[in-house]
Amino acid sequence: MAKPRIIIVGAGPSGTRAAEACVAAGIRPIVIDEGRRDGGQIYRRQPDNFTRPYEKLYGTEAGRAKALHETFDGLKGAIDYRPETLVWNIAAGQLWTASGTVQEAIPFDALLLCTGATDRLMPVKGWNLAGAYSLGGSQVALKSQAVSIGHKVLFMGSGPLLYLVASQYVEAGADVAAVLDTSPFSARLKALPDLLAMPSVLWNGVALTRTLKRAGVTVQHGVTPVEIMGDVESGVDGVRFRTASGREETIACDAVAMGYHLRPETQLADLARCAFAFDPGTRQWLPERDGDGRASVAGVYLAGDGAKILGARSAEASGRLAALAALVDLGLSVDKGEMASLRGDVANYAKFARGLAKAFPWPVEQAAKLPDDAILCRCEGVTAGDLRVVMRETGAKEANRAKAFSRVGMGRCQGRYCGLAAAELIAAEAGVPVEQVGRLRGQAPVKPLTIAIGEE
Amino acid sequence: MSRFVRLGETDRPSVALHVDGAPIEALEGDTLMVALLSAGDRLRQSEFGPEKRAGFCLMGACQDCWVWTESGDRLRACSTLAASGQRILTSQPGASWPNHV
Repeated sequence: MAKPRIIIVGAGPSGTRAAEACVAAGIRPIVIDEGRRDGGQIYRRQPDNFTRPYEKLYGTEAGRAKALHETFDGLKGAIDYRPETLVWNIAAGQLWTASGTVQEAIPFDALLLCTGATDRLMPVKGWNLAGAYSLGGSQVALKSQAVSIGHKVLFMGSGPLLYLVASQYVEAGADVAAVLDTSPFSARLKALPDLLAMPSVLWNGVALTRTLKRAGVTVQHGVTPVEIMGDVESGVDGVRFRTASGREETIACDAVAMGYHLRPETQLADLARCAFAFDPGTRQWLPERDGDGRASVAGVYLAGDGAKILGARSAEASGRLAALAALVDLGLSVDKGEMASLRGDVANYAKFARGLAKAFPWPVEQAAKLPDDAILCRCEGVTAGDLRVVMRETGAKEANRAKAFSRVGMGRCQGRYCGLAAAELIAAEAGVPVEQVGRLRGQAPVKPLTIAIGEE
Repeated sequence: MSRFVRLGETDRPSVALHVDGAPIEALEGDTLMVALLSAGDRLRQSEFGPEKRAGFCLMGACQDCWVWTESGDRLRACSTLAASGQRILTSQPGASWPNHV
């Protein structure tokens, strides 16, 4: 009998560990990744001709990053690795890929989606100006290109990444204007019992705030962003915000890195027809999976932050676990004891992630209060007011219907950066819970393709 | 004025390319985005508003960093490497947007 074909989408922490488990079982998986190099976003690798050591690039996670990269390098002869390749559709039991101008349809016996995450964004007036970047993007600039996104960078939003990237910028010698956190400091204390699930990670977080303090960086909690100020030609020149005590302040900067924790890339799970459920803790719709990573569709498995935001360490465990589950389902023998232990690891990471969600809440009230003249959809310049008018005129209260009438979520990012905030705005405007607004359906192609594409 | 600031890794061979007909110098291993924003402050004009754009996510998700070759090919500046001899345009050749005459 021919060996089963397993396809892994993504070569970050979960995809790498999944591939490792497949190879150990004697299978040569296809590993498809959009990146030029493996590592995903969190352990993104710098170009070959860069020389910064691991400690400088990944800080406290240097050992994990190095181990993961070495594992992947060691697997290269045993896997069918396809970098710089986009999976743009899943239909009729086949995966549709595009690389350059070449496209292919590949059938599979098992599909592991390790698609990772992008920043979760809350729009603010002026976030369409040149010089406003996603927080993750600001980290990519530093990590993979050794540049700062500006001469004076302000970090705004919430979540652990805010402090991590700001301190990485400080340590790399960048000029950091301030760190403005929308979550109140008190939320962190309430979250402490859950955060103690991973004391070492909690400690790393405390150390980051110390780095910022030592460098004299202004850190404010409980702020409300008002406006990214600037000029349509020259871009960002400052940020206006309200302090926790309600006073309005302005800080000058020529770049803003903004993010509110992360959101999973679930479009491929959606196209594979996986069932989704609303997760009240993160206020996100997530693909359903069992404790091992099995999706509702037979043969499809979900792992890492692409399924739910549990962090890079969890992604390594859930990637391996999902691969073992796939191997079991294909009739191969695996170590059941290891699976049980991986399940325990993932549960512990999940407890920690619950703590993070409590400590750094998604500021939904900002979406509700977004002024009419603020851009909601960056792709096509649709304002919050445009969406409100559409709702009033058409009665649209469902995400996809509102998208059809307003184009919010229809632009080139396909709602990745406006979709969650738009749902909150619709919910507030209609006076319904956000889960009732639903979720934007994934559409193929999940990213723009070139018209010149063809089969080889 | 440049938008991005180099914080290290500057000991790399340089590559020479053209942006809107003017020569710029970048470093081997730079993405087009880093090449253009280390030499200037913008990548393109928004088609839907008055503002200039300079990218957003840097990880191939937002598609805000599109630039073009002189022959009309669209490139995602954050994930395309700069190379000697490239001739890059910051507006789509042959396209005109009614908002911006």
